[in-house]
Amino acid sequence: MPAHANRIDVGDLNVYYGSFKAVEDVSMVIEPGSVTAFIGPSGCGKSTFIRTLNRMHEVVPGARVEGKVLLDGEDLYGADVDPVVVRRQIGMVFQRPNPFPTMSIRDNVLAGIKLNGARIRRSESDEIVEQSLRGANLWTEVKDRLDKPGSGLSGGQQQRLCIARAIAVQPDVLLMDEPCSALDPISTLAIEDLISELKKNYTIVIVTHNMQQASRVSDRTAFFNIEGTGKPGRLVEMDDTAKIFTNPSVQATEDYVSGRFG
Amino acid sequence: MTITTTDVQTPPNASSTPAKNRAGDRNFSWATRGAGMLILVVLAGVAAFLLLESLPALSADPADIEGGEGFFAYVWPLVFGTLAAALIALIVATPLALGIALFISHYAPRRLSQGLGYVVDLLAAIPSVVYGLWGIQWLAPNVRGAWQWLADHLGFVPLFTGPASATGRTLMTAGLVLAVMILPIITAIAREVFLQTPALHQEAALALGATRWEMIRMTVLPFGRPGLISGVMLGLGRALGETMAVAMVLSTGGFTWSMVTSGNSTIAAEIALDFPESAGLKTNTLIAAGLVLFVITLAVNMAARRVVTRRQAFSGAN
Ligand SMILES: Nc1ncnc2c1ncn2[C@@H]1O[C@H](COP(=O)(O)OP(=O)(O)O)[C@@H](O)[C@H]1O
Ligand SMILES: [Mg+2]
Repeated sequence: MPAHANRIDVGDLNVYYGSFKAVEDVSMVIEPGSVTAFIGPSGCGKSTFIRTLNRMHEVVPGARVEGKVLLDGEDLYGADVDPVVVRRQIGMVFQRPNPFPTMSIRDNVLAGIKLNGARIRRSESDEIVEQSLRGANLWTEVKDRLDKPGSGLSGGQQQRLCIARAIAVQPDVLLMDEPCSALDPISTLAIEDLISELKKNYTIVIVTHNMQQASRVSDRTAFFNIEGTGKPGRLVEMDDTAKIFTNPSVQATEDYVSGRFG
Repeated sequence: MTITTTDVQTPPNASSTPAKNRAGDRNFSWATRGAGMLILVVLAGVAAFLLLESLPALSADPADIEGGEGFFAYVWPLVFGTLAAALIALIVATPLALGIALFISHYAPRRLSQGLGYVVDLLAAIPSVVYGLWGIQWLAPNVRGAWQWLADHLGFVPLFTGPASATGRTLMTAGLVLAVMILPIITAIAREVFLQTPALHQEAALALGATRWEMIRMTVLPFGRPGLISGVMLGLGRALGETMAVAMVLSTGGFTWSMVTSGNSTIAAEIALDFPESAGLKTNTLIAAGLVLFVITLAVNMAARRVVTRRQAFSGAN
C-alpha cells in the first residue's frame, strides 16, 4: 500500500451530456493500492464514468455530474476545488496513444512537470525522465533517442511513453481507458506487466474490453450494463475479480463474463 | 472552329478497349493537365513580359532614369517603403489575429464564436478602396496625435524623427490600414488550423493538469504553427502588393527613415500613381519596379515554404 492512502468513494453519481443521462446512480469504493477493472458492453458509460474520476468529463461542452466523488474524504466536485489540481493527483491514459507530436520523447515525459510555472534543473529533469521511463518499462528502448519525436515510436511504445508522462507528475491514482485496445498482443502483455508493477505505487483503475485482461491484472472488477439504447448505464455489481469471474451474484454478470452476450 | 465529329471517329473495335481507357477518364485527365499547363504558361508569360519590358530601364543611361542616378537608386527607396509598410502591418496584425483566432476557437461560447467568425470573413470582403477612404477620412486624423507624441518623446529613434505629419498620412498610418486589411485572412486561416488540433492531444494536456492556456501552448500553437505561418505569409503577400489603400492614404514623397512624417512610397503605390501619365522609358522603369516586387513576393513565399517544412518530423502530421 502506498505511503499515503487515497481511497476513492463515489456516491450516487449521475452523469449527463446536456439533457442525456449517460450514467445513473453509481456508488462504489476504490481501495488504495488496488487495481480495479471496469467491464461492460460498449456504450454503457465506462469511459464516461472513469472520466468523472478526474474531472476530464467536464472538458466536453454541456457535460455535468450530480453526486459525490470523494478522494480521501474530499469532494472532487467541491465549489473551491480546481480541476487542474485534481488532474495532477489523478492521472489518465487514453485509448489511443497520444504523445505530443511536436515534442521529443524527453519533452513528452517532462510535459506535465513543466506545467503551472514549475522550473527544474537539468540534472533533476534527467533523473525524472529516466525514472519515469524505467517506471514505464521503456527506458532501455529509448534511452539513446530521447531527443527524437515521440511519434516515431511503435504504438505500444507510444502508449508506454504516455504512461511515463502520466507517472512523471507522481499522481496518486492512474486511470486507464482501454489502454491496450489499439495495441498488438505483445505490446498488450508489456502493458499488463507494467500494470502489475505500477500497482505497488499507484491506485489503478482500468477500463477493458478484454475479460482475460481484467482477470489477469485486477483485484476488483465492476460490471456496468445498459438496458437499451438511450437508457443510462448502471453499475450492476462490483466484487473481487475472482468472484466476478467464477461466481457472480447477478445473472447478467455471469452472462457477460461467460460471453453469452455483449 | 468547324471541327466536325468525323475527325474523332471512334475506331471500329472501340467496344473492346480495356476499361482503363474510358473516354471520360481520358478527357478529364487531359482537361486537368491542360489547366495545369495553362497556369504555368500564364506565369511564364507574365515573367517574360516583366523581364522584356524592364530591360530598357535596366540598360538605360543612369542619367535618363527618374532621379538621374540609375534604376537601383530609383527603386531602393520604394523597396524600403514597401517592406516597411508590410512589416508594420504584420507586426500589428499577427498578434491580434492570433488572439482573435484563439478566442474564436478555444474561448468564446459557440454562438459568439460563430458570429465573430462571420464578421471576420466579412472584413475580408471589403474592397480596398473602402479601406483607403476609411484610412484617409477617419484613421489618419485620429492617429495624428499619436504620431506627434512619438515624434516628441521618441524622436531620437530614427524611425520616429519629427516633424510629425500634420495630416497623419504617413507610412505608419498606411501600415495600420494594411494591418486591418490582412487581419481577416490571417485570422481565418489561424482559426481553421487551431480548430483542427486533435482532441486527443488537447485532452492529453488537460489530463496532465494543464490549464487552458497551457493546453493551448502545448498543443494548439505547435500544431497550428505551420498553418499560422502560411496565413501570415498570405497576409504579407497581400500587404506587399496592396495598391489602392496605400496610394490613397500615404502622402508619398522621397525616402526618409521616419515613419511618422510624410514621405516614402511603395512600389505598388508608385506604379498606380505614376503609370497613367508615364511614357517611354518611365513606363519601362515602372515595369522594372513591378519586376522587383514580383521577385520580393516570390522570395517571401519560398522562405515561408522553407519555414513550414523545417522540423517536419515534429509536426502534427505523423
Ligand atoms: N461526448 C459525448 N457527447 C454526448 N454523448 C456522449 C459523449 N460521449 C459518450 N456519449 C454517450 O454516452 C454513452 C456512454 O458512452 P461511453 O462512456 O463512451 O461508453 P463506453 O466507454 O462504455 O463504451 C453512450 O450512449 C454515448 O453515446
Ligand atoms: Mg469507452
